[in-house]
Amino acid sequence: MSVMETIIKKKTGWIGINWAELFRYKDLLWFLTVRSIKAKYAQSVLGVSWAVIQPLFSTLVYTIVFGNLARIDSNGVPYFLFSLVALVPWTFFSNTLSESANSLINNANLVTKVYFPRLVLPLSSVFSKGIDFLIGFILLVVVLIIYKQTPDYTIIFLPWLLLVLLMTSLGTGMLLSALAVQYRDVKYALVFMVQLLMYAAPVVYPTTNVPEAYRSGYALNPMVGVIEGFRSIFLKTLPFPYFWVVLGSFVSLVLFLGGLFFFRKMERVFSDVA
Amino acid sequence: MSRVIEVKGISKKYRLGTQEMEHETFVASIWHGIKAPIRNFQRIRNLSALDRERDSVFWALNDVSFNLEHGQVLGIIGHNGAGKSTLLKILSQITEPSAGEIIIRGRVASLLEVGTGFHPELSGRDNVYMNGTILGMTKKEISRKFDEIVDFSGVEKHIDTPVKFYSSGMKVRLGFAVAAHLEPEILIIDEVLAVGDIGFQRKCLGKMGEVAGNGRTILFVSHNMAAVQALCTHGLMLHNGQVAYQGLVSEATQHYLAEFQSESGDFFSGNIQRSGSGKVLINSFQVHNLLGEPMTSVHTGADIVLSFKLHTEERQVLEGIDIGFSIHSTEDDSLLTILYSSYMGKVFTITSKDATLQCVLKSLPLPEGRYLIKAQIMQRGEVLDFPTRGVGYLEVIDGDFYGTGIKSTRLTRNKPDFLITGNWKQL
Repeated sequence: MSVMETIIKKKTGWIGINWAELFRYKDLLWFLTVRSIKAKYAQSVLGVSWAVIQPLFSTLVYTIVFGNLARIDSNGVPYFLFSLVALVPWTFFSNTLSESANSLINNANLVTKVYFPRLVLPLSSVFSKGIDFLIGFILLVVVLIIYKQTPDYTIIFLPWLLLVLLMTSLGTGMLLSALAVQYRDVKYALVFMVQLLMYAAPVVYPTTNVPEAYRSGYALNPMVGVIEGFRSIFLKTLPFPYFWVVLGSFVSLVLFLGGLFFFRKMERVFSDVA
Repeated sequence: MSRVIEVKGISKKYRLGTQEMEHETFVASIWHGIKAPIRNFQRIRNLSALDRERDSVFWALNDVSFNLEHGQVLGIIGHNGAGKSTLLKILSQITEPSAGEIIIRGRVASLLEVGTGFHPELSGRDNVYMNGTILGMTKKEISRKFDEIVDFSGVEKHIDTPVKFYSSGMKVRLGFAVAAHLEPEILIIDEVLAVGDIGFQRKCLGKMGEVAGNGRTILFVSHNMAAVQALCTHGLMLHNGQVAYQGLVSEATQHYLAEFQSESGDFFSGNIQRSGSGKVLINSFQVHNLLGEPMTSVHTGADIVLSFKLHTEERQVLEGIDIGFSIHSTEDDSLLTILYSSYMGKVFTITSKDATLQCVLKSLPLPEGRYLIKAQIMQRGEVLDFPTRGVGYLEVIDGDFYGTGIKSTRLTRNKPDFLITGNWKQL
């Protein structure tokens, strides 16, 4: 029988991921995810239906305010569809961001008492929000069927968009969670940052409303490519925005790797400063 | 025998908190408030930047080395702040050392808390899985032992009830039941046995003994010398972050108790601050048991003798000598109680140069801790001698106060100032 050998010493510099260890703790990841979902909907009458209500009501409000009152252009599709298609990925991004940024602080009692790969915490936030995303996505599909919308063949790029969405959410989440342990300001700033960020992405307005000259800079926000990609696939508002998605992919990759390495670097001191 | 844990020169430093400034004027405090974000940033940033030495740092552990062979059970003992918990945290990889290296061969489970990760909204069942995976078990392992765990905890009936409806005792039992069914090669346990009711504690101690009997390597931190001696084969005593003694458990606990004594402070050497006329002086204080043997520490509930030696310069007859002592908490210096011989209707007459006055205390009602004893000699309202710093310490360790065979701190959840007994009956 081979004996597992652990060496404990001060780590320096940038640290990669210990995949084997992360795999050993897959059950913990699973139960943390289940815990946050169960705990969230425990003692609630509507339960998981909240995952439907949240995007649906936001969409209704935006349709009234931005579509009917402000009469914002929606690239020729009903504003309701226009904003719902954007809100499904956006809700995932903003929820994951807030949840994972707070994941370490909220679980400080675990971090200071037990060892496990700390990455499990932001990862489980992403997973539990992934369930909400799935439910929102099903809602979207139902609405699209009602409106008799057929997706474009570019739907083959959907996994690509999802990957960009995932890396952006997780990357930012890891970055912020590592910062939030030491600087509680992150927690307070996040609440309105998430609201403000929504206006930096084409959620309630189309990218075509952004002046041409600024669009490339605007598309550095990976969510621009994701949202416009979603719209292109499901509503055929524009041809598939390859350039924006490629640009967003690079940025999301940088965010993901940056977030990951920053997290791993800061991980060493979590329990001392939490 | 194979070496399972090798600890080589482990050190850990923490930064000491910097003191907040006080302001004299309103303007100064406003200006202070405006500058606060910048100062806060520098301070918070420094929380993780320990490498710069300019601030005061505190070495929680300083060059600690030891080895542990397969099957050994090591008791880690020491006073509060000796570095025990820091050592366990480093061994459990919760925090990393500032210097040094540890090699661990085998699967480790550490138990610094019972029921880590319990969520109040979830059922007992869910929490068993949650807690188990946090402690490093796989889902499969937990499923296999689930019935055993629930059986051990004794909360079968409520296993599908949310944990928030559990009593604190039930939570602890469930938490320990999970922990008791871990099957690591190396088990690290902090003082977690001090919770739960007596019956369950016995069960846990039994289960731990069973685990130790299976040839598992265990590290165990405790203040309970009886538990350490019963469970451990070896002892490691820490003092101010350094290894003060390592060896067999009996010798380590003796060192621990002896250190209490050496720290007891010699109240009767050098310059003794006294007040009073000085006609008689107290020149020694000792604690004995009923057999007259001197004790360095006494148990709660024990019968003890406080012995005061008195000395006069010239041989004379002194009548109406009233001696009294007071017991003070060493935590906040508060007066706990006071007893003069005259309270009991007794005064003494001293006829020789040296005299010894004793007071027998039946069933000592003090919980575990260190107490300061002060004494004063009076004669018809006049103070003859009062050593102002006191005469000695009384070291009390947990004991069987109620005469039921159970240590008192196991029963009292919050530490009381003193203990009482009473006869319970039903009318």
